[in-house]
Amino acid sequence: MGSYSAIREWADKEVSQQTADKARIVIGLGTCGIAAGGNAILTAAKNTVANNDEIKAKVVSVGCIGICYKEPLLDIEIPGKPRLSYGPVTAGETKRILENVFINNEYEHKKALAVIGEDSFSDIPSWHEVPFFAPQERTVLRNCGFINPEKIEDYIANDGYAGLSRALLDMTPAQVVDETLKAGLRGRGGAGFPAGRKWNIAADNIRALRASQPELDSYGYVICNADEGDPGAFMNRSVLEGDPHSVIEGMTIAGYAIGASFGYIYCRAEYPLAIERLKLALDQAREKNLLGENILETDFSFDIKLKEGAGAFVCGEETALIASIEGLRGMPMPRPPYPAQSGLWGKPTIINNVETLNNVPVILAKGAEAWATKGTEKSKGTKTFALTGKVENTGLIEVELGMSLRKVIYEIGGGIPDGKEFKAAQTGGPSGGCLPKEQLDLPIDYEALAKAGSIMGSGGLVIMDESTCMVDVARYFLTFTQSESCGKCVPCRLGTKRMLEILTRITAGHGKIEDIALLEELAPSIRDSSLCGLGQSAPNPVLTTLKYFRDEYEAHILEGRCPAGQCKALITYSIDPATCTGCMVCMRACPTEAITGARKEIHVLDPELCTRCDTCRQVCKFDAVLVV
Amino acid sequence: MSKLTVTIDHKKIEIPEGSTVLDAARAANVYIPTLCDDPLLEPFGACRLCVVEIEGYRGLPTACSTPATEGMIIHTSSPLVEVNRRTSMNLLLSDHPLDCQHCVANMDCDLQSVAAFVGVREQPYQGERRAYDIDESNPFYGRDLEKCILCGKCVRACDELQGRQAISFGYRGFASKITTPFDLPIWDSTCESCGRCVDMCPTAALYDKSAMKHGTHTGETRTTCPYCGVGCGLVLETRNGEIVGARGDRENSVNEGHTCVKGRYGWEYVQHPDRVKKPLVRQYLLDGKEKSKVTDRKSKDWDFVETDWDTVLNITAEKLATIRDTHGADSIGFMTSAKCLNEENYLMNKLARQVIGTNSIDHCARL
Repeated sequence: MGSYSAIREWADKEVSQQTADKARIVIGLGTCGIAAGGNAILTAAKNTVANNDEIKAKVVSVGCIGICYKEPLLDIEIPGKPRLSYGPVTAGETKRILENVFINNEYEHKKALAVIGEDSFSDIPSWHEVPFFAPQERTVLRNCGFINPEKIEDYIANDGYAGLSRALLDMTPAQVVDETLKAGLRGRGGAGFPAGRKWNIAADNIRALRASQPELDSYGYVICNADEGDPGAFMNRSVLEGDPHSVIEGMTIAGYAIGASFGYIYCRAEYPLAIERLKLALDQAREKNLLGENILETDFSFDIKLKEGAGAFVCGEETALIASIEGLRGMPMPRPPYPAQSGLWGKPTIINNVETLNNVPVILAKGAEAWATKGTEKSKGTKTFALTGKVENTGLIEVELGMSLRKVIYEIGGGIPDGKEFKAAQTGGPSGGCLPKEQLDLPIDYEALAKAGSIMGSGGLVIMDESTCMVDVARYFLTFTQSESCGKCVPCRLGTKRMLEILTRITAGHGKIEDIALLEELAPSIRDSSLCGLGQSAPNPVLTTLKYFRDEYEAHILEGRCPAGQCKALITYSIDPATCTGCMVCMRACPTEAITGARKEIHVLDPELCTRCDTCRQVCKFDAVLVV
Repeated sequence: MSKLTVTIDHKKIEIPEGSTVLDAARAANVYIPTLCDDPLLEPFGACRLCVVEIEGYRGLPTACSTPATEGMIIHTSSPLVEVNRRTSMNLLLSDHPLDCQHCVANMDCDLQSVAAFVGVREQPYQGERRAYDIDESNPFYGRDLEKCILCGKCVRACDELQGRQAISFGYRGFASKITTPFDLPIWDSTCESCGRCVDMCPTAALYDKSAMKHGTHTGETRTTCPYCGVGCGLVLETRNGEIVGARGDRENSVNEGHTCVKGRYGWEYVQHPDRVKKPLVRQYLLDGKEKSKVTDRKSKDWDFVETDWDTVLNITAEKLATIRDTHGADSIGFMTSAKCLNEENYLMNKLARQVIGTNSIDHCARL
């Protein structure tokens, strides 16, 4: 197998053979799908097909399509009819739905989510009409949930490796760099540095190294940063699980552009499924001559090794990541030299995030201009977000850069559950900041987020409602950054520790008003004088909560009150005699026997015995438990 | 080497290409405090005390790691620098025992002198302090990690200079500490007790046990290590005319401050009461008696008595000549010492081969 056209022909044939005259039963088996019980659905579907001769369908597993709150998902695709998505389904429902659809020709409209396609089907809407999907733009997630990530032919038949083919056959390395520059692709890992500019520097350094030392085995490296470590973030994992070849293709194109012949994927070991699928994808790409010696019968050779990280947040920082690949402790080094000057094993190295590399094949296949039509002037393209927290629809989403936070939260996310009020959106994970409702119309782009005190980050987006205490949120993120600090530099190791102690003090009711001044003194110092991005961004949750929610800090300190009713040391539970019906439900549920009373008698809560576990309030049907 | 010009605190200075901002500051006689820098080690950027403002640069780069470039304009004590430096120092001291008067490094402590320069006047950050037991497993030095500021000099000295890699950073966050593999006592690691880490430690986290016995030394003498033929330069630290410590001489081009365990810690013999300072010879030899006649080894004949060099050399020469004449030259063998100079070993060679006439000569370094 050699030329791209031959490979493409083979893939098209394989895929059409798979789908010809045969229906597909598609089950989302990303980590999210598996966690929601997807494997049971897969087994149920396979059994149903095996036990019914009338059901002629192929059961396939795909990556995550993003609609996590409806997992596990069951999609049915019958030739000539649109693809229908059902969810959430149980194993029993799977059997019933499949029998109904295939044998009785009856579609269960109640369980159907949407038609995954352009048109609606009877009264089931097209996914473009479903609020969760309608505002989304799928570039990065183009294949996730559609192709079988374990089959290279599925990827190739969907224009996979077309970008690599164009780069290798029709373009010089310098033209590839130019194309990326022209597209305006910025790093999706957090800082937003233009990918093309990074490539340019590395390419220059590699050229110089090649000229001065013509006998070296290797001149530079491409590293894919798949060490996604933000709590609550799962964008990269979903891409690796659902579309691993896109990253491999992106890396190979990058290798060609800068003149490197080797790459590493640094993926955290906590992503076993992603690692399994990456390994499989690497083998398949090598087999098809899309990786290895003389790719696509050209002079260009490139191979990739998978390196499993042991799960340190700081290893997402590029110099720490390099140290980790070299077998050293993951500790950042001062820059300069930047990795593009002297990186892995002292050679010029580019490190790009999964999502950045995933965009590259699209830019090359469709051209920079076509890709750059989306986004804002300075922030081109789309961005994935892991939308979580107090929002109706949680999941993996992808939107055009420049969309407002409001649209993301209220249209895609479906707003705040239980009629509660929005309080804050946290972007960028522990390195980002909390944005209040006054910032809801902020366009999501690199500059606007930075100006508001937060960062784009890699795509964590946590929504908080009125029941979230912002001091406690800052304390939570500081707990994370403090325990993940590598311990090397003073401001990060000790500064985050002292900030955490102050925040813990405030949430425990021992705060003093001077503590706010101490935080305001420490935070900028840590930001300005820390060695790496971890320390430099660690104060962001404190700085933004102080900026936007100062009143909550003051309420804790001056009034001994937690406005959100979260900080246990500052709240008291009691039972409202006016509304208590004496139903004994709370009494039975209380783990410390703090509630006494008898049937039809008003119950009494002993604050001395109460541990503020909130169980009574949650079980009370009459809202008779008061928290002050 | 080509030169470049930078401006530090309004002072223009020409420096060689490849210099760091810290090099430039030192060349310009501008003091920038550092705790993790050492000219013999690679820049590390951990203590953040050498932060400076450079026009056109984002944030506060560290002088130790930032290469100087042509036309660079550097400010080493702008208000922003001062504030950040003070915060870093306050943070360091918030997790450091403040018992300087009782500390073995008192008046010889980088942390103390940098704190004095930075000018810390109060401790705004009260909080948890690390608590560790002192590791006294090594006979020569102790490890008091509560005083450790994690500058990493010991780790880098052990790796970059000694090549042992006996210690490294372990754990994360506030719990980070310098540790041996599996956090075992230092004596169970691959440490060779060369003492370079102790020498480089800016506090008393690593201290010589011998230094615990007395106060600061009052005199220093540069000398050559007597142990082997390498000829390392030593600085002997003395107090009232007695040696109380030794360290490698950084000015000496042979070892650039490096020593082995013997040079650094094996100096107690100098003042030891058992040390032989004059030649000793057995009484019967002085009396010209035959050894075979001295049967009672508890008798006075068998005692060692002090004498002068001429006497013992004459006795030795006479005995060697007799043995050679009676039993032949090959019945005599010579063993020379690494403690001798090359010249002395050469002369020993001459003595063996030409004067006595044997080829049986060897050297302890071959063992």
